Amino acid sequence: MKALYFAWVRERVGLAEEEIAPPGDVVTVRQLIAWLSARGDGYAAAFANPATIRAAVDKSHAAPDAPIAAAREIAFFPPMTGG
Amino acid sequence: MAPQPAPKVRVQAEDFDPGREQALLTQGRRDIGALVSFIGLCRDENGSLESLELEHYPGMAEAEIARVADQARERWPLQGLTIIHRFGRILAGERIVLVIAAARRRADAFAAAAFLMDYLKTRAPFWKKERRADGADGDWVEAKSEDDKAAERWR
Repeated sequence: MKALYFAWVRERVGLAEEEIAPPGDVVTVRQLIAWLSARGDGYAAAFANPATIRAAVDKSHAAPDAPIAAAREIAFFPPMTGG
Repeated sequence: MAPQPAPKVRVQAEDFDPGREQALLTQGRRDIGALVSFIGLCRDENGSLESLELEHYPGMAEAEIARVADQARERWPLQGLTIIHRFGRILAGERIVLVIAAARRRADAFAAAAFLMDYLKTRAPFWKKERRADGADGDWVEAKSEDDKAAERWR
């Protein structure tokens, strides 16, 4: 699946997007965040406070316990500040 | 009641012309009794801010605005809706966002415009980074709890 990062999540991870292949026991958004956090210092910094992270699965907002099995694209970003 | 035309949703780098958008929305229509427009501008924070860099999630931005627009149309009898949100670099004083709600009656148009802005702020995937007037690196704008409260009041 494709992972996308926006705003300061993107800056800390150091990538705008990448292909990821999490193991089969990573089945929710929350578990994916934990798995990503362990990939390196940038990821750890980006996901240090999961309460400030929002996620979208296939371009729709997704809660931490949302399943990721069928996802083609998962995005992570801070709370939105548009408008 | 005449069928509602589909909401017009645009996400674009370039500026928009509010007067032209109002005219397009009401062109040839005789059923609209109230038009409420909201324009969000980039303020200079007492001279300290030169511009904002608005990052967005292409595809989701349009989809999420359309979802919020559909919610507004379910809640209020609207005769038309235009929503335009810019991205990229926006200088202090420039326009960022436009919401126009058209209805038979003003109460519906006012309420829908306020709802749309409250929901766009907390749900549409846009993020603002400040560029300071003194040239120093600015910060990402933090989401405000007031914005969450403003969105909560519609539940």
